[in-house]
Amino acid sequence: MSDTTDGQVLTTQDGKPLKAALAKALRREKLRALMLIAPLLIFVLITFVAPIADMLFRSVENGIVADTLPRTVIAIQEWDPNSGEVPNEEVFAALYGDMVVAVEEKTHTRLGSRLNYEQSGISSLFRKTGRRIKRMDEAGPFKEQFLDADRKWGDVSTWQVLKQFSPRYTGGYFLNSFDAHQTADGIEMKPADQRIYLFLFGRTLFLSIVITVSCLLLGYPIAFLLAALPLRTSNLLMILVLLPFWTSLLVRTSAWKVLLQQQGVINDFLVWTGVISDAGRLVMINNQTGTIIAMTHILLPFMILPLYSVMKTISPSYVRAAKSLGANDWIAFWRVYFPQSVPGIGAGAVLVFILSIGYYITPELVGGTSGIFISNRIAYHISSSLNWGLAASLGTLLLVAVLMLFVVYDKIVGIDNVKLG
Amino acid sequence: MSALPPYASPLQRAWFYSFRVICGLIFFFLIFPILVILPLSFNAQDFFTFTKEMLALSPEGYSFKHYNDFFTNPDWQQALKNSVLIAPIATVLATGFGTLAAIGLSQSHVPYKSAIMAVLISPMIVPLIISAAGMYFFYSRIGLQGTYWGVVLAHAALGTPFVIITVTATLVGFDRSLVRASASLGANPVTTFFKVQMPLIIPGVVSGALFAFITSFDEVVVVLFLGSAGQKTLPWQMFTGLREQISPTILAVASLMVAISIALLTVLELLRRRSERLRGLSPG
Repeated sequence: MSDTTDGQVLTTQDGKPLKAALAKALRREKLRALMLIAPLLIFVLITFVAPIADMLFRSVENGIVADTLPRTVIAIQEWDPNSGEVPNEEVFAALYGDMVVAVEEKTHTRLGSRLNYEQSGISSLFRKTGRRIKRMDEAGPFKEQFLDADRKWGDVSTWQVLKQFSPRYTGGYFLNSFDAHQTADGIEMKPADQRIYLFLFGRTLFLSIVITVSCLLLGYPIAFLLAALPLRTSNLLMILVLLPFWTSLLVRTSAWKVLLQQQGVINDFLVWTGVISDAGRLVMINNQTGTIIAMTHILLPFMILPLYSVMKTISPSYVRAAKSLGANDWIAFWRVYFPQSVPGIGAGAVLVFILSIGYYITPELVGGTSGIFISNRIAYHISSSLNWGLAASLGTLLLVAVLMLFVVYDKIVGIDNVKLG
Repeated sequence: MSALPPYASPLQRAWFYSFRVICGLIFFFLIFPILVILPLSFNAQDFFTFTKEMLALSPEGYSFKHYNDFFTNPDWQQALKNSVLIAPIATVLATGFGTLAAIGLSQSHVPYKSAIMAVLISPMIVPLIISAAGMYFFYSRIGLQGTYWGVVLAHAALGTPFVIITVTATLVGFDRSLVRASASLGANPVTTFFKVQMPLIIPGVVSGALFAFITSFDEVVVVLFLGSAGQKTLPWQMFTGLREQISPTILAVASLMVAISIALLTVLELLRRRSERLRGLSPG
């Protein structure tokens, strides 16, 4: 490109207007940048973003009733759930037709276990009816035959659940995540003995706050010391922070399992020194104490590193100036040094908090039943109870919480300023 | 804080030393759990604590039997093999895609840069349990659940943010006039990339690759959900070992993994120094 002038309009050497040539060059540059980014973007969209979107979709998706019992779902539209009576013969006839197909395809048990999340007993109702369906008279009357197969078909509540979950999309899983459910009278909280998720969310938040505060209390002095020492010494001490950071999570969790056991190193040491008696060995594992200790240890480097990088930028001359103006050590620290380290506290605390509310492995291994988090419940619903919809809605709530925290983190640190090691 | 001035009062002196003691205790808290498993892994008994013989430093108290078990037990060997098969492939994928994207992102005119960055970094932000849940649901749909490639792709996705961050950080100090100089001397873009750009950003690429490798090598949540028995990796085997039949072999494996961490840490530190030297940020 040259800056030859030709009359009034600036042009390039081959006579094109300079403005257009520049715009073209810029476009080409943008295109080249996008071409470089595209492979990874597509890769991440397929392998990561699509799965997350799938999870969000599953938290409201409820096609199973409409897919398994298509005729019944249409027939039941006209039935009024508040009438206090079971639906008429027509609906039962539709149910018979659907059930014959469902039993042939063996999908009725799946539907049964799905609806069982909403009202217990429906799973066995579907299984029992499935076994009887072949012996039923094709000519009807169906209502009597169904009632004969299982009396629950005569309960209005069975039909209410069926009707309530017949739409393709449901907020039922989210209600469940908040310990609520939909009844004929609207949304209600579940009976107190069945409430579990609000409590678990609360505990996850509480334990994460405790862990974040412990990390801050332990991390602040270390970062302060590292920032104050000469570079050679602090680099050496930094190894003590980076080694745990780089050590496998499972290695550290197993170390704590070994240390905290009742027959473990710490208890043995305390008994040997006579602090506790052999009978009075402390229970430090499989409860909240275990989770807090192990997770504080695991997340401590994530607090120290951001704190350290902020503290290193605080010039020691400020504190010196404060002291020369008559401040004592404490005032100089609290009024001059500490306010400057607050961005580091914010970055470290938000980072540790984000990491800890989603933790799964450590609470699972050292948390017992009283030290587990909401993530352990999500894992349970995926692999044991197979209530994927509920797992997805709990996951969605957790994801929303983390993303909101991340916006805060982005404001404090900036997403491009994440540093490693 | 680095040194005590000669005029310090007794109170200042006391605080100076007690602060160091406090810091010493915290460092002890950080490092002790990792160090304690090293001697325990040589325990001749199947205990998780120091036996009398060990404390007396008598040779009978120590043995290699847990290491022996690790190297002969087919379960552990299969797990080691799976880890070695999965992590490098995931690393190569993550590093390749990640490096290209980082170069693209560091160009001066990138449309929607922050939105793209947010998407690319997201695997690092989203809690693992949620990634694992979503991948489990989605990969079951497309038939990748329980397959080798399912685990590899998932691990590669989890590793890419680290590559992007480290390579972008190296590129910040990259002098773009070097590219122009190379072009003006007649090199085509590919030659310029391999002869000029690559040697300068290689420390960032390698440390990103190490991060990606360790992410995959240590990863347990996703593989727990996505893998089937055929993809049982070392962390998975450790996880089941810790949860069910807790055996001291875990301590031997843990010690070996600490050794790997130390090796990685050393390589990273050397790379960091080299990178700083190349960019002229520090003398020597």
